Amino acid sequence: MKKVYVQTTINGEETEFLCEPRQSLLEVLRDVVGYTGTKEGCLTGDCGACSVILDGRPTDSCLVLGVEAEGKDITTVEGLADGDALHPLQKKFLEHAALQCGICTPGFLVTSKALLDRNPNPTEHEIRYALAGNLCRCTGYDKIVRAVQDAAAEMQGR
Amino acid sequence: MHELNYEAPTSLDQAISVLAAAGENGRMLAGGTDLIIQMRAGVRQPGQVIDAKKVPELQALSFEAQTGLRLGAARACCDIIADATVQQHYPGLVEAAGLIGSDQILARASVGGNVCNGSPAADTTPALIALGAVCHIAGPNGTREVAVEDFVTAPGQTVLAPNELLVAFQVPAPQGQAADCYQRFIPRNEMDIAVVGVGSCVALDGDTCTAARIGLGAVAARPLLAKEAGDALVGKTLDDAAIEAAAQLAQQAASPISDMRGTAEFRTHLVGVLTRRTLKAAAARAR
Repeated sequence: MKKVYVQTTINGEETEFLCEPRQSLLEVLRDVVGYTGTKEGCLTGDCGACSVILDGRPTDSCLVLGVEAEGKDITTVEGLADGDALHPLQKKFLEHAALQCGICTPGFLVTSKALLDRNPNPTEHEIRYALAGNLCRCTGYDKIVRAVQDAAAEMQGR
Repeated sequence: MHELNYEAPTSLDQAISVLAAAGENGRMLAGGTDLIIQMRAGVRQPGQVIDAKKVPELQALSFEAQTGLRLGAARACCDIIADATVQQHYPGLVEAAGLIGSDQILARASVGGNVCNGSPAADTTPALIALGAVCHIAGPNGTREVAVEDFVTAPGQTVLAPNELLVAFQVPAPQGQAADCYQRFIPRNEMDIAVVGVGSCVALDGDTCTAARIGLGAVAARPLLAKEAGDALVGKTLDDAAIEAAAQLAQQAASPISDMRGTAEFRTHLVGVLTRRTLKAAAARAR
């Protein structure tokens, strides 16, 4: 199948790639561009492991075609840290032990970042709703929610 | 996934001609939250996928006091539920569109896609039926309009011909004291498919009901307008007796099946409960 040329911005860098129209954005990110931080989970939009921020919105990259990324702005988990300095969410996930196996963690981090970008001071209820599209099968959700609350507080200077 | 060709037309005319050229082999892609899953599972295998999201008419989201809401078929739910005008005039539509899935799904899923997917349990379809919304359809032979309650014909099936696409919904403006409400039953807080969903819209003149429409989801092979239930309220005060009578008529309109989500008996019970609750909530909002 003929490949399509796509120009996009990933983690602030202008990026171009060739992909088949049938390839998902998840597949392109992992196998073509090399951002393997984004994980493959259910491939049905239920688990959120493949979450990326697409034009400011958390999105399941398994439910986007790679060709749809033309002209879009994408943030993956690799785009959270500033060089060697972890994002506050990443630090707080470590401090609160908000992960065990870690396969869901990039999705939770990305979705949490999208939440805090729009709502820097969310209630616990808002955090739980915002993370309802991300499934964790080992930790349970309390530590994750506390890590997000703590990160929000730190980012607000509280 | 099967091999496919992708086009992203930027005008309605282009979209119509690409779809017409593809014939049975074409499928419109809005948010992809149903279609991409179906393609991955091999349930649908369109050779030509046509991205609807760059066509301006399919992204419409505008309200006028006379004509109501123009809602483009591909407009993402996250935009619809965040729109202050939609929140003010169509709170039930906001409730339905906000239930479609997680934030990740709402960022992509569209109301048009929800309706075109043709699920009997779609959340936005009963809400649109209650509001009296009309589907604007375009194809190579021109345009036509179909009421939302007539659009879905069977599970996964709609009135669209292979060369036709859903452009937008026209949702009438609330007349006077009018409001809507959508509620569904699921066995947990969110992220599930409706066991039953009910949308109600009422218009009041003082305490008297001047118009009422009730849409039912997941209780038949397609979403239904419970016309007799709504009509029975016209001219009445919306007291417990009138609401109970309407709820019983809505139950009679339903013909649910028993499946993994619930028995027919339970679904019929839920139609009564949700019809009463949505009518009371819509009336309270209208006042």
